[in-house]
Amino acid sequence: MMRHPLLSVKDLRVEFPTRRGALTAIDGISFDLREGEVLGVVGESGAGKSITGTAVIGLLEPPGRIASGEIRLKGERIDNLPPAAMRKLRGKRIGMVFQDPLTSLNPLFTIGDQIIETIMTHLPVSEREARDRAVALLEEVGIPAAGQRLSAYPHQFSGGMRQRVVIALALCAEPELVIADEPTTALDVSVQSQIIRLLQRVCRDHGTAVMLITHDMGVIAETADRVAVMYSGRIAEIGPVRDVIKSPSHPYTIGLMGAIPSLTGDHDRLTQIPGSMPRLDSIPRGCAFNPRCSLTMDRCRVERPDLIPAGDSHAACWKLLETEGAGR
Amino acid sequence: MNTVMQHATAESGAVVEVRSLSRTFDVSKPWLNRVLERSPKAFLKAAQDISFSISKGETFALVGESGSGKSTVAKMVVGLLEASAGEIRIEGVDMRSRRQSGQEMRELRRRIQMIFQDPYASLNPRWRVDRIIAEPIRAFKLESSEEAISARVGELLELVRLHPRDGAKYPHEFSGGQRQRICIARALASKPEFLVCDEPTSALDVSVQAQILNLMRDLQDEFGLTYLFISHDLAVVRHMAKRIGVMYLGRLVEVAESRELFRNPRHPYTRMLLAAIPDLDMTGTPRRPVEGEIPNPINPPSGCAFHPRCPLANDRCKRELPLLQDMGGAGVACHAVEEGRT
Repeated sequence: MMRHPLLSVKDLRVEFPTRRGALTAIDGISFDLREGEVLGVVGESGAGKSITGTAVIGLLEPPGRIASGEIRLKGERIDNLPPAAMRKLRGKRIGMVFQDPLTSLNPLFTIGDQIIETIMTHLPVSEREARDRAVALLEEVGIPAAGQRLSAYPHQFSGGMRQRVVIALALCAEPELVIADEPTTALDVSVQSQIIRLLQRVCRDHGTAVMLITHDMGVIAETADRVAVMYSGRIAEIGPVRDVIKSPSHPYTIGLMGAIPSLTGDHDRLTQIPGSMPRLDSIPRGCAFNPRCSLTMDRCRVERPDLIPAGDSHAACWKLLETEGAGR
Repeated sequence: MNTVMQHATAESGAVVEVRSLSRTFDVSKPWLNRVLERSPKAFLKAAQDISFSISKGETFALVGESGSGKSTVAKMVVGLLEASAGEIRIEGVDMRSRRQSGQEMRELRRRIQMIFQDPYASLNPRWRVDRIIAEPIRAFKLESSEEAISARVGELLELVRLHPRDGAKYPHEFSGGQRQRICIARALASKPEFLVCDEPTSALDVSVQAQILNLMRDLQDEFGLTYLFISHDLAVVRHMAKRIGVMYLGRLVEVAESRELFRNPRHPYTRMLLAAIPDLDMTGTPRRPVEGEIPNPINPPSGCAFHPRCPLANDRCKRELPLLQDMGGAGVACHAVEEGRT
């Protein structure tokens, strides 16, 4: 029997019912995540990258709901688990790191209480063992004098240190997958690189796979093995990070890469993608990117492209089919 | 030390000259607490001894992490915040002097405008866009008739690549990038010469950021605008600015031509900042790890504020504050660089 990928998402569709009909926030996305792999999910605001993450861990904000498709963790479906079973799995098998470390920690409890509680909820250990484990984890994420800091409250830590605590918290039950949603966006550049490096190191040491959701291509380039570029609730392009960044195939990815000011090149004009991402209630027919694309053909306006192989990656663009056909 | 910055003035008639600008905030606890807890008054030196000049049509950028004082400087330069000490001259007119008549100050304020970071917070949600953009025109009495005002508003909207009809809408009907365009149109309404842009694209997505940055460059070319550009994003700063000042804990630590700063950063903090940018080119070069975090500005380290994080620090750095040294049009405030210990 073939081994299952760690996480497998198939034709996932997330809808938000409204009075004027359902809005489709995620429209049929599929991807796999192998054990120990770092998958970057990148996109601009409103692309659906965070909703993809919250759908996987079953924390979609109502009225959002999974309308169709399936999510499997090592072959078992987790999208239709009852809430109690999902709660057990969350934290134990899938850890989470959110953007703002201040809101993901409870301000009324010491960080020791929070880590020890989480460890004891998920692992069969005594309180003493849990405490030792908490200290070891805090040391691992680079908190100085970890033993004494257990009795400190979240507000007594700086932003970077708090994010370290959150990473320790996410890893404390040895999960197989960590979903990190913009883990460094609230931090300064110098601290950001420390946290990225930390996340990378501890996940490698523990063999934890990471789904890294961010808007920052630089973070993806540094950290991820593969990357999925999202646009309007769909995956525009997915593939090895080097291929997608160095030789993107989808016109949206090409535009996105050109829009980032370079640190080495000349002071040229930045590539400009006209317009902005469509709102959920007015996603165009066919390829969602077609009104902003410079290569739009008739087919793009009527028929939605599937992911088409392009080198080692896949991109959802009809143009690829055409150039491929011409090459044959 | 001000000689470093004066050379630009002498050569090309600087539009903006800032000299030894400082701002201190009183962050003391209330009087009773101070008496009971015997705690002294506490001061936060948000900006200290900042000097730079910007020549006409140039973009000068201030870059730094949060708490470095870059926004404080921006606010002082436009006059939204009173400086504690120092001098700000806009085309030779001293902003802080009380000698100017009201008329002169009004004229000066017309020539300086500001673009803020958050285009959601900086537009009045209850005003239609045309009224927002017309406000500076009315305030400075630049047009007399209503027809002329509405014609000018339409012109401004077209200038920022919006449609004149958009004037009848409210801010909430626009996306973040479009709102920032409205902010730019409002800033241009008074025909300013000098724009202070405080993180104008930080709240925007990359593709929208590219649109706004391109627009700002086009407008600069068209109207010969002078920009003071504040940002934490080094790539954006490199793209926009001709010269860059790097700030750390309220002080300028390095000033250099943009290309030179990236090719040959001198100050250890600048080097650290550049090393911390994620590498999009994927050269695979190992990056020097960045140590530590920004210290508390209320109680900054002695001597050079960067010394606890600096790999080159020695005893002198702990004791003595380094001043910005003139290095041919650029400047570095670092004992190690001065002594050649690199």
